Amino acid sequence: MNIFRFSSPQTFYPLAGRLVPVFAVLAAAFLAAGLYIGFFEAPTDAVQGEVYRIIHIHVAAAWMSMFIYLVMAFWSAIGLGLGTRLSFYMTQALAPTGALFCFIALWTGALWGRPTWGAYWVWDARLTSQLLLLFLYFGFIALTRSIEDPRRADKAGAIIALVGAVNVPIIYFSVKWWNTLHQGASVKPGGSSMASVMLWAMLLTALGCWFYSLAVTLTRARSIILERERHTDWASIEIARLGSK
Amino acid sequence: MKVFLAVLRRDLLLAWRARADLLVALSFFLIVASLFPFGVGADPNQLRAIGPGVVWVAALLAVLLALPRLFDKDFDSGVLEQLLLSPEPAVLWVAAKIAAHWLATGLPLVILSPLLGTMYRLEGVELGVLAGGLLLGTPILSLVGAIGAALTLGLRGAGSLLALLVLPLFVPVLVFGAGAVDAWGAGMGVSAQFSLLGGGLLGALALSPLACAAALRLAVE
Amino acid sequence: MVWQSFSDFIDMGGRGAFVWGSYGLSFLLMAAELWLLRSRRKQSIRRLCQLQQLEQQKD
Repeated sequence: MNIFRFSSPQTFYPLAGRLVPVFAVLAAAFLAAGLYIGFFEAPTDAVQGEVYRIIHIHVAAAWMSMFIYLVMAFWSAIGLGLGTRLSFYMTQALAPTGALFCFIALWTGALWGRPTWGAYWVWDARLTSQLLLLFLYFGFIALTRSIEDPRRADKAGAIIALVGAVNVPIIYFSVKWWNTLHQGASVKPGGSSMASVMLWAMLLTALGCWFYSLAVTLTRARSIILERERHTDWASIEIARLGSK
Repeated sequence: MKVFLAVLRRDLLLAWRARADLLVALSFFLIVASLFPFGVGADPNQLRAIGPGVVWVAALLAVLLALPRLFDKDFDSGVLEQLLLSPEPAVLWVAAKIAAHWLATGLPLVILSPLLGTMYRLEGVELGVLAGGLLLGTPILSLVGAIGAALTLGLRGAGSLLALLVLPLFVPVLVFGAGAVDAWGAGMGVSAQFSLLGGGLLGALALSPLACAAALRLAVE
Repeated sequence: MVWQSFSDFIDMGGRGAFVWGSYGLSFLLMAAELWLLRSRRKQSIRRLCQLQQLEQQKD
């Protein structure tokens, strides 16, 4: 089997169309399982009480937001290196979902922090770098949207995604350094004896979010492919088919 | 190397001819930094505490304000296209342009910073640490900012887009630069911050001209 | 089972607003993304169809 066959939009489009429902079902199943374990199996935390149940979704969203940025950087590198159009479509399809998870991580972090730290916003290293990551997502989306020539938008987006990916570890390191300099050690989410059942809830929720991202991204990529490839034969046949429905 | 020097000389000459623009950026730096006491009060201890951060943030904004001019004029006049078509390696003249831009806009900030530091009650070596941090840090800002300037070249609303793109990337420089003065004030050494800034400068020097050249090709195509 | 009753479950040990605020908004946003994706796709297909018909008329 030749994996490069799938790097052409024409073969990728129907493949993605078949995969989306599978991923959607898996996402729903894993999210349901994660939520069930998180709310009904996991015991009350001795230190934080019930409010710790937020961290299942918080950690899953934070993981996803960082992971999606890495995947974007990966596709950008492939796109710039090999010149495959599909890589750029994938990068742009990923960005809104990454920003969404970034925002969810911040929101749930704030709601977790209020009862635990006594403040909605603490200048903690993780929250702060999450905020900067959200700005990086916004920058990527704003840049690709404001360039009219789609081919320039593709490559400009890829460059800024790579520059951002080089900077993410530096930002995290600097913010952590700044944090230890300016305030004492902070309470870590799940720092108090993380039970393995909690870990399972987190893992299953994260898997659910992962399949959700896959399904959403592939759907978005399919739309982008149709828009961008509409002058090719197969795409105009597909458009005519979809339009007649 | 001849290209580097030629472009450097030309850009410095152009900057000198348009020195009124540079003075505007410099006054912006001074004004932003002197606004804070009106907002937070003139308590000497408080001023000392916020001083390094305020000077650094003002420097960051001044660099940001000057960035669009880095490639704008050459883009409009077609010089950029000529340079890209020339057989000379793009990395060299891009580096020269950034260097000239830093000499014209970044270096004056470094020279003026002890003055602002004095207004914030910083004394003696602290002023040197502030200026030294800026000396290492502002070239990084110019180098990283140049990527953003090249990517947003000729776009609608390029200014605010540029801010959104590069300000998050400036955060580490701000942390280490302003942190150096704080560390000195707290009696800790500054070698860690300075070597991190120096490492950052080397990294930015190696990578930024490459990314800039790629982004400029996109803008001109 | 950790919960004695349904109201106990909703209350979350007095932290119900925080827990349900977190999960509520998260799933609301995900649902909004799905809805947006659907309407955008429909819109885009409709637009592409019209473009195609216009181009065919021109030929």
